[in-house]
Amino acid sequence: MTLKTLVGLACAAALLVACGEAPQTAGTRKADNQPWAGAPGDPYVASGWKPGDQASWEEQMRKRAQGQNEYSRAAAQ
Amino acid sequence: MARMKFICDAERCIECNGCVTACKAEHDVPWGVNRRRVVTLNDGVPGEKSISVACMHCSDAPCMAVCPVDCFYRTDEGVVLHDKDVCIGCGYCSYACPFGAPQFPSNGTFGLRGKMDKCTFCAGGPEANGSEAENEKYGRNRLAEGKLPACAEMCSTKALLGGDGDVVADIFRTRVLTRGKGSEVWGWGTAYGKPTGTK
Repeated sequence: MTLKTLVGLACAAALLVACGEAPQTAGTRKADNQPWAGAPGDPYVASGWKPGDQASWEEQMRKRAQGQNEYSRAAAQ
Repeated sequence: MARMKFICDAERCIECNGCVTACKAEHDVPWGVNRRRVVTLNDGVPGEKSISVACMHCSDAPCMAVCPVDCFYRTDEGVVLHDKDVCIGCGYCSYACPFGAPQFPSNGTFGLRGKMDKCTFCAGGPEANGSEAENEKYGRNRLAEGKLPACAEMCSTKALLGGDGDVVADIFRTRVLTRGKGSEVWGWGTAYGKPTGTK
C-alpha cells in the first residue's frame, strides 16, 4: 500500500467521522399519551379495568391505592 | 381525578432501600443514577427518622419554570414529565429542584453528561404507552398498565404511599389518628411551630 493510498484513507476516515454525529437540531416537545388509554401489546396490563375507559382507569387507581391501606385490608385492633 | 402524589410516613420507613431497588430494577436505571433515595435524619442517634425522596411532581414545578428548552410538561394526573428528545442536559433543573430529583447519567465513551433522568411516577414519557422507545428512555409505564409506582407498591412497611393525592392523604390521616402520633414529623406544626395561644 502506497503512502498516497494511506493518506487518502486517513482523510476519508476523518471526513466520515461527522457521519456518526447525532443530530443536534432543537425539537419541540411531543404531546403525551393518556395513561387510561392503556398500553396496547403490553402483556403486563393489570386486570380489572378496561383500557380506553377513563372512569374505569380512575376506579382501578383508587382500588389499587387501597392496597396500601392495611386498615381497609384488615380490621383495626 | 386528583393529582398523583407521594407521601412518605417517617414513622414507618425503616431505611431498607427497597423503594430504591424496586425503582432501579423496574426501569433498568443505569449506574450512578438514583431516581429515588432514602434520606435519614439524625443517623445513628436514637429516634432517627428516614424518608424516601424522589421527584415530588410539584404543582408549581421549579424545574419546569427554569428549563431553557421547555422540555417539561405536566400530565392531566399532575405528573411532571419531560421529553428527552428536547432536553439538552444543561442541568438548570438540578439547580432549581429543592429535592435533588434530576439525575444526569454519563453518556458515551468520554463520560459526558447525558440528558436528564428523573422519577416519572412510573408514567413513562411522551412516546406511545408501553412502546420500546418509551421503555428505553423512561422505563416502564405502570400507570398505563393500571398499576401504581413500583416503589410505593413494593414498600414493605407501606411507609411510602403513592397514588391519587386525596386517597393517599386519607390513608395517612387514618394511620396518624389510629396510632395517635406521626404528624409531628411532617406538617404545619413542624414547619411553622405550634400555635402559642388564641387571639
